[in-house]
Amino acid sequence: MDQGFFLLFATVAVVAALMVVVARNPVHSALALMACFLQISAIFIMLGAPLLAVIQIFVYVGAIMVLFLFVIMMIDVREAVLQRFLPGGNLPTLVLLVLLGIEMLVLVLRSDRFSVTEPVATRGGDAIRQLSTTLFADYLLPFEAASVILLAALVGAIVLARKESG
Amino acid sequence: MVPLWWYILLGVVLFVIGAAGVLLRRNILVVLMSLELLLNSVNINFIAFGRQYDDFRGQIFAIFVIAITAAEVAVALGILVALVRNKSTLKVDDVTMMKG
Repeated sequence: MDQGFFLLFATVAVVAALMVVVARNPVHSALALMACFLQISAIFIMLGAPLLAVIQIFVYVGAIMVLFLFVIMMIDVREAVLQRFLPGGNLPTLVLLVLLGIEMLVLVLRSDRFSVTEPVATRGGDAIRQLSTTLFADYLLPFEAASVILLAALVGAIVLARKESG
Repeated sequence: MVPLWWYILLGVVLFVIGAAGVLLRRNILVVLMSLELLLNSVNINFIAFGRQYDDFRGQIFAIFVIAITAAEVAVALGILVALVRNKSTLKVDDVTMMKG
């Protein structure tokens, strides 16, 4: 049951990811990426991380993809549609990608560390409460640093995208 | 129960597809979207290992990755809008101001 659902979500996610790379129109890429993110959030639920699944939908599907679609609407994408891939010299890149994939596959499949089926231990209780306690007690400084980074990015994006006044 | 290596395999496949998008596509927007795909495949690995070893740090790192990604996309799209306004191009190989 679990495995069937995982296969369904993973297949749709991989097909959507391929659509992102292959699609000619950036709007189609954005919509395929949205579908891929939805599948990944379903996989997060299967992994027992419902908070992450909700954050994934809010931040990625709700904020980042809308930002992408806004920018696609603001600028003219039609002239960039004509040529999809970088011209010429794709062979070394493809060889590099295939080698990367084969290396990681061999590493995962031949190691016995990844083949265990059952989790090492299962902790009962309120998972989200424990998660937030860990986040706000042990990881308070990184949390504050992340909020400062977000503020800096907000100011930086406004400054970068502003029209030059003089 | 889904074994751990299925999740890692999914992460590997999504990572390779995203890397192909970053390295092969010509459109800056699609390159940025492929970058999001790369970060998501890493998140799957974080959460899968966090579940396997019963450790919350996987999920916490995934939360931080998502937050930093939001900041990165905001800045990248600001740069993109400025680029289109000044040079009116969307191709990665036309942006050679830094002589890279």
